[in-house]
Amino acid sequence: MKLILVMVWSVLFFSGLAGAAGGGYSLSKANIDGTNAESLQRGAKIFADRCLSCHAATFMRYNRLVDIGLSQSQIKQYFIVDDSVKVGDTMKSAIDAATAKQMFGVMPPDLSVVSRSRGADWLYTYFVSFYKDEATTTGWNNLIFPNVAMPNVFSQEQGVLRAIYATDDKSSLSLERETQGSLSARAFDDSMLDLTNFLVFMGEPAAEKRKQIGSLVIIFLIIFAFMAWAVKREFWKDVH
Amino acid sequence: MLRPVMTWIDERFPMSKMVREHLTEYYAPKNFNFWYFFGGLAIVVLAIQILSGIFLTMHYKPDAEKAFASVEYIMRDVPLGWLIRYVHSTGASLFFVVIYLHMFRALLYGSYRKPRELLWIFGMVIYLCLMAEAFFGYLLPWGQMSYWGAQVIVNLFGAVPLIGPDLAVWIRGDYVVSDATLNRFFALHVIAVPIALLGLVVAHIISLHEVGSNNPDGIDIKKNKDPATGKPLDGIPFHPYYTVKDIFGLVIFLIIFASIVFFAPEMGGYFLEHNNFIPADPLKTPAHIAPVWYFTPFYSILRAVPPMFGSQFPGVLAMGGAVVILFLLPWLDRSPVRSIRYKGPLFKVSLTVFVISFLLLGYLGLKPTNIWGQVGGTDVATVVAQLCTALYFLFFLSLPIVSKLDRTKAEPDRVTS
Repeated sequence: MKLILVMVWSVLFFSGLAGAAGGGYSLSKANIDGTNAESLQRGAKIFADRCLSCHAATFMRYNRLVDIGLSQSQIKQYFIVDDSVKVGDTMKSAIDAATAKQMFGVMPPDLSVVSRSRGADWLYTYFVSFYKDEATTTGWNNLIFPNVAMPNVFSQEQGVLRAIYATDDKSSLSLERETQGSLSARAFDDSMLDLTNFLVFMGEPAAEKRKQIGSLVIIFLIIFAFMAWAVKREFWKDVH
Repeated sequence: MLRPVMTWIDERFPMSKMVREHLTEYYAPKNFNFWYFFGGLAIVVLAIQILSGIFLTMHYKPDAEKAFASVEYIMRDVPLGWLIRYVHSTGASLFFVVIYLHMFRALLYGSYRKPRELLWIFGMVIYLCLMAEAFFGYLLPWGQMSYWGAQVIVNLFGAVPLIGPDLAVWIRGDYVVSDATLNRFFALHVIAVPIALLGLVVAHIISLHEVGSNNPDGIDIKKNKDPATGKPLDGIPFHPYYTVKDIFGLVIFLIIFASIVFFAPEMGGYFLEHNNFIPADPLKTPAHIAPVWYFTPFYSILRAVPPMFGSQFPGVLAMGGAVVILFLLPWLDRSPVRSIRYKGPLFKVSLTVFVISFLLLGYLGLKPTNIWGQVGGTDVATVVAQLCTALYFLFFLSLPIVSKLDRTKAEPDRVTS
């Protein structure tokens, strides 16, 4: 009993440590569900149509989309524009590195594992926090990524937000809607959650399988533990 | 069937003799408690690391251009590659958890005391090898933390007076951490250090079985032998008693291991750091570089010591000293008793303060020095780390006096439960 308590305690200790880690930003919680295939498919479509214009996902193969319930022919039909691209290829950017560098001043980062370095909450908050700022080269700025080189590619859908400064030194600001987008605020948020969901899937495509196998492994080990305990008790009967 | 085979082997190799000496007739004290699981667990984790490592090596490419991509290839395209990789990364952290608890057991029950000094020293060399192994291995995924962590640690050698800069170049094989560094770290990680580790583990076990296991009472079970059989009255054969008990402990450990591998492989960024999912970029220094958690107590000590005469070397010395001083433990402890059960209040307070200091140093090493703000222009966390560093060393330096002055209780003749 004492032993189990110590084990439980050590797990709690480490998960507590994990919870204590946080950044300086106030991030919105991304309520995503990695088992929601429809959300993942919508996110994948947004990603392929919009993000892949400039970004690449060089570790992600198109046919991995099978894992979120798409068939090979659907992938070919809806996700691959260029006929020379095969369904087993990885996701390349539509523009080459030199052009990108010229357009943005930096190479747009590869997004294969961006969800693992940034986290879902950061990505979601980033997508919805663009605002109009004439002082930057792109005309856009972002609350949690100041002076980011990327423009707001979703301004059509989101509408335009503008910064309202609380103080003269511009140290704190809030966002206010200037124009309406083609989507309602709610619908836009949902689409960005879908995109975030997909990016998280792409960061670790095996994650759902990992949890499924994990449950079976733990169940097996718990049964094994009871048996091992019974054997131990039997053998130790004559030790006084 | 089996008998003739065993006879055939025994006439050519001391198989049965070894099984008797190390398992069926190795008498271990019957009163092992929770703390005695970790030696066996360490061997199992070593085996897990070697096995998973072999399979990772089949797919990994030690090339600065390809290393990061090859790890993602393992995570995505190699069947169950993600499982092998997570087992290896989780195993690395849990190896240190197990080893720290194993070492703490020695502190609790005086397992390093005569005649087990050499056993302790073998263990300490294993610990040093393990730190080297973890350091070399951490470069291999070639992420930002791999790269800059290696850069920071190799630079420490650059702080050595006179030969420092040359030494750092010699270790890296280049003026910065580069492909040459990755290649040699790979060689050291997969061949050199594992061979040394295996040899040392064998030496550790041989010397343990030569002198016999200590126990929570810290008394010698060989003093009370059955006059008829000559076997220790408080000893039981390692096999089957401790093999069946250790299997139970192992399964509980595997439940924890599997929970992490399958449900929290990043462990909130402590086992796999978030920034290490960004490929190494020699031109972009991350804002906050921290080593993985198992090195942070020593990293804290390094940071706590201020530069002197424009050199970081005193900090490096303090960090090295913090590890080296552990080697001296058998000669610093002069208590008439081994186990904490019979030691007095002075030692108990001293050990508690030591453990708290060590944990606090470990925590602070994970964080930037400004986490607790500043008082009078000095970081509060740095002052606390300095205090903890002093307390860390004080535990060892005061031990000869503490253990002499302390009011110990009399040890029992026979082991208690």
